[in-house]
Amino acid sequence: MSQPYGLLAEFSNHEDLLRAAETAYAAGFRKMDAFAPFPVEGLPEALGKKTRLPLLVLIGGIIGGVGAYYMEWYANAVSYVINIGGRPIHSWPAFIPITFELTVLAAGLTAFFFSLGLSGLPRPHHPLFNVPEFERASQDRFFLCIETRDPNFNRDQTRAFLQGLSPLSIAEVPE
Amino acid sequence: MSSPTLLAQLADVMQKFPAARWCIWDPLNRDNLNANEGLCDFSKAKVVVALDSDFLYTHPYALRYARDFSNARRTIDAGGARMNRFYAAEPTPTITGSNADHRVAVSAQDILSLTQIIASNLGIGTRPTGEVDNKDWVEAVVRDLNANRGAGVIIAGETQPPEVHALVSQINMKLGNNGVTISPVPPLALPANRIGFRKLVDEMRGGTVELLIVLGGNPRYDAPADFDFAAASEKVKLRVHHSVYFNETSRHSHWHIPALHFLESWSDTRAFDGSVSIVQPLIEPMYAGTSAHEILEALTGQSPRTSYEIVHTRWQTENPVPDFEAKWRRALSDGIVRELAAPSFPNHGESPALAASVSPPAEVQRTEVRRSRLELLFRPDVSVRDGRYANNGWLQELPRQFSKLVWDNAALISPQLAKREELENGAIVDLTFRDRTIQAPVWIQPGQAENSVTMPLGYGREVAGRVGRNVGFNAYALRTADAFWSGDGLTIRKNGARHSFVSTQQHHDVHGPRGILHDGTFEEFVSNPHFAQEKENHPSIGETLYNPKEYPYKGYKWGMVVDLNVCIGCHACTIACQAENNIPVVGKQQVAVHREMHWIRVDTYYSGAADDPEFTHQPVPCMHCENAPCELVCPVGATVHDDEGLNLQVYNRCVGTRYCSNNCPYKVRRFNFLEYNNGLSPTEKLVKNPDVTVRSRGVMEKCTYCIQRINAARINAELEKRTIGDGDIVPACAQVCPVEAIVFGNMNDTRSRVAQLKRSPLNYWMLGELNTRPRTSYFAKLRNRNAALVRSD
Amino acid sequence: MNTPDQSPLTSHESPSYSPLGYPTNLLAPGQTYETVNKTIAEIPLSHAPMSWRFGFFVAFLLLMMFLVAITWLFAKGVGIWGVNIPVAWGFAIVNFVWWVGIAHAGTFISAILLLLFQHWRTAINRFTEAMTLFAVACAGLMPLLHLGRPWVFYWLFPYPDTMGVWPQFRSPLVWDVFAVGTYFTISLLFWYLGLVPDLATVRDRARKLWQKKVYGFFALGWRNSASHWQRHQVAYLLLAGLATPLVLSVHSVVSFDFSVALVPGWHSTIFPPYFVAGAIYSGFEMSLNIVIPVRKIYHLEHLITERYLNNMANIMLATGMIVAYGYFIEAFMAWYSGDIFERYMMMNRAFGPYGWVFWTLMLFNVLVPQALWSARIRRNTVALFIVALFINAGMWIERFVIVITSLNRDFTPSAWHMFSPTRWDWMTLFGSVGLFLTLQFLFIRLVPMISISETRELVAEREKATIK
Repeated sequence: MSQPYGLLAEFSNHEDLLRAAETAYAAGFRKMDAFAPFPVEGLPEALGKKTRLPLLVLIGGIIGGVGAYYMEWYANAVSYVINIGGRPIHSWPAFIPITFELTVLAAGLTAFFFSLGLSGLPRPHHPLFNVPEFERASQDRFFLCIETRDPNFNRDQTRAFLQGLSPLSIAEVPE
Repeated sequence: MSSPTLLAQLADVMQKFPAARWCIWDPLNRDNLNANEGLCDFSKAKVVVALDSDFLYTHPYALRYARDFSNARRTIDAGGARMNRFYAAEPTPTITGSNADHRVAVSAQDILSLTQIIASNLGIGTRPTGEVDNKDWVEAVVRDLNANRGAGVIIAGETQPPEVHALVSQINMKLGNNGVTISPVPPLALPANRIGFRKLVDEMRGGTVELLIVLGGNPRYDAPADFDFAAASEKVKLRVHHSVYFNETSRHSHWHIPALHFLESWSDTRAFDGSVSIVQPLIEPMYAGTSAHEILEALTGQSPRTSYEIVHTRWQTENPVPDFEAKWRRALSDGIVRELAAPSFPNHGESPALAASVSPPAEVQRTEVRRSRLELLFRPDVSVRDGRYANNGWLQELPRQFSKLVWDNAALISPQLAKREELENGAIVDLTFRDRTIQAPVWIQPGQAENSVTMPLGYGREVAGRVGRNVGFNAYALRTADAFWSGDGLTIRKNGARHSFVSTQQHHDVHGPRGILHDGTFEEFVSNPHFAQEKENHPSIGETLYNPKEYPYKGYKWGMVVDLNVCIGCHACTIACQAENNIPVVGKQQVAVHREMHWIRVDTYYSGAADDPEFTHQPVPCMHCENAPCELVCPVGATVHDDEGLNLQVYNRCVGTRYCSNNCPYKVRRFNFLEYNNGLSPTEKLVKNPDVTVRSRGVMEKCTYCIQRINAARINAELEKRTIGDGDIVPACAQVCPVEAIVFGNMNDTRSRVAQLKRSPLNYWMLGELNTRPRTSYFAKLRNRNAALVRSD
Repeated sequence: MNTPDQSPLTSHESPSYSPLGYPTNLLAPGQTYETVNKTIAEIPLSHAPMSWRFGFFVAFLLLMMFLVAITWLFAKGVGIWGVNIPVAWGFAIVNFVWWVGIAHAGTFISAILLLLFQHWRTAINRFTEAMTLFAVACAGLMPLLHLGRPWVFYWLFPYPDTMGVWPQFRSPLVWDVFAVGTYFTISLLFWYLGLVPDLATVRDRARKLWQKKVYGFFALGWRNSASHWQRHQVAYLLLAGLATPLVLSVHSVVSFDFSVALVPGWHSTIFPPYFVAGAIYSGFEMSLNIVIPVRKIYHLEHLITERYLNNMANIMLATGMIVAYGYFIEAFMAWYSGDIFERYMMMNRAFGPYGWVFWTLMLFNVLVPQALWSARIRRNTVALFIVALFINAGMWIERFVIVITSLNRDFTPSAWHMFSPTRWDWMTLFGSVGLFLTLQFLFIRLVPMISISETRELVAEREKATIK
């Protein structure tokens, strides 16, 4: 066991955590993450996190919609052309409902799978789970973790820095 | 008993056994007519009057009569518009009466008075024995008959007493119809030693009959109740029954000899008008059996010969001509014998007074019908006749005329009587008649004479087979020799029990101007030929969101016309379709939940007075709509159009959502709710048409315009390198229609019959407002009213 | 076990009311993160109360009855039901539309109220989303059972068939497949996405290893990281945005099954909005029928406060009025069109052989809900439950009226026939209720039934407000 994964500071409420995250970002830390039992407004921004998810969902939706209409057109007007009740072969109004539904479906699937996938989930194990206190991240405690791979990371200095944020406790996260 | 060969064989038997006697028993006999039987030519009749006569349906010559009668009602012809006028008086609605321009409901026993009044008004010296209510009708009849001397037919039914027939003959004579529209029926010579049925039963009871051979029939079941045939037959030492079916008579005979079906053996036969045909077998006998010819042959002790040898030899002996074989073959191919004489026999019996065989002498006092007393009518059932077809599932499930009942007979009562006795459909009543009582459920039949109760015969069979056993009630139990067709003095008492009837049509009112039926009068048509089409409200082909040229149907364009004006409502189309298209019989319980499978149904609508309505029949097959609503909603494309305009049903693709049926405004689609074709015996499998798919559970089906016949014609035409000609394809319904009301063909062929008919101003689309553009169209129904009888209201 | 004695919150003060008389509290006072966690997350981790066991037993019995009904159906065919020609659609379709309607509250509450920042959705959204899923599952089964040949149901899906055939995309039934399929999928994803952080909470609170493993598996390794939360929130919001038109579309598409057909009583342009309103109506009514007993049994009054019930009742009243308007306009248009078929349909519906069903519908769906004008009834859980029960039955009857009384007398009088359900029809209906309830009971037992993370947000917000 050479390097630890990082240092984990525990806070009692989300305001403290938000303040700590802002301070850490100002101090130049980038490879870090914060943990809270609910989504804290402004926290990702404070940590400098951005997401491309909306764009991906838009693309997914467009693919779904165009694909759906293409499928219907191909099936009923190209591949299997049959006189149905004297209606036009390319009955576009009848093709709209499915186009809409598949647009939504494809966009929804994109949103779901990419939100998890971009977060690296599912991932059953993670070094953070080695810290016993961390299980309260899903209950009532707030954590800030500065990772070892951050260029500014220095075991002692960073610990001192975190201490300055007056956390409830600081733990080392084993790799 | 109309086979010349068989009669000749019988004469031989009589000759060989001088002590032998023979007898004819037919529970639906025409003995009342006797010498007054006449052959009518409806093609020449401008005025037709039917007195309790079902000449379009139950008459032995009904097919010919129906064809001629209907042809005289086809209004569009080379000779311009013309139409006969038809008056009917009858106690219970019949197919015939339902086609009348002016029908009156008269009790069976008032027909005599009615006839007498008509006769006396025409100057025949007869004194009416009673009063009738239908003075206007009588006046109109008399005026029209007088105005059309030599061009009228007045006909009375076999259910009426000889006096009526005698009068009818006099009327026809007086009007100069004889020789023009009426001709005599060629007499039928019968072998000697014939006795009446009453005498036979008396002798049996007396123990003088040692051997009784019954060829066909079922006297144990259908003999008059007062004869007590059962007790009498027990006195006979040896009883033999030769019959296709094992029935009540077979059960109580010592020997039952299975007979060959007439389609399995050779014979000959004689039609009502005296024309003779040779009967040829269509298939090898399915089971071991013998024909009646072989039985009689055995009696005369000759060496066993086949039916063919018997029939052929008889004809050859009768016609010792050198080119006999050629003429025989021509007769076989034509289906009618023109050049050969039928087998004859020397020892003719004296022409017996047939009426005496059953009925008491005519001079027996007839009791006057008093208004308060009910009369009972015995009529053959429209499906099972006298009971002979009771074990036929097709016929049991065929909706009966008007009531559309299946799998039952019902005591038909008038709405007035129902009101008086507080009866509703299915109420079981005790019917007491001539000291005999049976229980029967009633059905209220509009158009029934107020005090007449109709008892359809042929039900309540005890030994009939799996299908026919214990279906309905046995009306023979009340039928006596002195009240053979009808009798007064019936008492009716509600007993509180109920029977559940199953009817396929529960609403006979067309419910306003829905565009289902278009009808009018002949006068209306003459003054404005397009009156029916003006009632229709379908958008023009240009008024559409679709490109009307998207589907041009340039090749064959199949279409059908159903002429309501000539359709008599006989339901033959339904049965023909059932046979052709492997339509299963589903049974009473399934029909009770409205799952009958008929691809073409015959709807009967009532109009006018609720108690005494007018009837209109409408056969409804699939309309093969060009803008088919069913196709649009099928999720898997199991019902689609082909480029000849057929609305196809792809059984293999159908998943059974039943959406198509919901969206069919004509409700002609049928669904296999259960597996209706399971467990067929090898014989039942033979019933199936090999050209048509047998449908399994969970798929929709419907009329295909007999696509198998279309394809057969197409293959033939392609082999012969020609196009399909008009008349090459005849769907099963059109094929059997006695009046040619159904015409099918290529609408693109301007000379085809169907294309010509489609141009008629009477042609209309059912529910045209929906713009489904059906390929099946109808001709509006016309009635040739007598202005004097048109109700002012 | 969370009993009133253990909870410091049970003696909560009566909720405060707005000037208009509406209760305002979304959360009873005194709630902390830990009380919220404990109240909700302990339910799946501890033993089930007797009332749960009894309810589950009853539901399971009904489910077994469903199984019998389906087995016999598959063995014999749809002929065991009362369907016929002309009434070729019977209970299966009535049940289908009913269940799809019920499925609407979940997504409506979750998605539309989320987008509208209606925070009163928090305590009930999980619940109603689950209800949506189970109702869609029941609904989705119905068309399958309805088919004459259920074993070839997949022919409705577009797949490269060896015969080269495709579904017929003009048919509303194919639209249905996609609409209901999409709705189920999106609802499932939405529900599960919201559930993941809560499963992590249960994982972290689990004491037994197998519980940790099972909940850990389904929690997908969720770490509550800010970046997880960020994507989670974006995805959740996007799904809500997508689900919103979906909610409106699904019942519209279901209504197309009827309005695209030309049957009088079906062929009507009012159907889509009227169906959607009816769907939300029935969804809320079913939510109340489920929420009220569960709230009582699990003592969740401090989380599912009266405010929730009151708001749901208000929405029911509003959608109920829209539905009543729909009934009225249908009758009006039938008269105003002057069309003989439409007029007869309406007369037959109200005064024909099924007239009593129609008037029962009017009583249940129009008259009874008027009680909700009274704040006292809205606050009385028993009364509210009963009103909801009436509407629940009423919505089923509405679909019966639409499907059966339109078909039994349409264009051609000669083909008119009555429909009468068989015992198998009733077994299918109540059996599907069994399936629904069984799933619902399992959900209550196994999964946090209120969103813990969202409730923690409410706590945090209130703390913030108190600090300020």
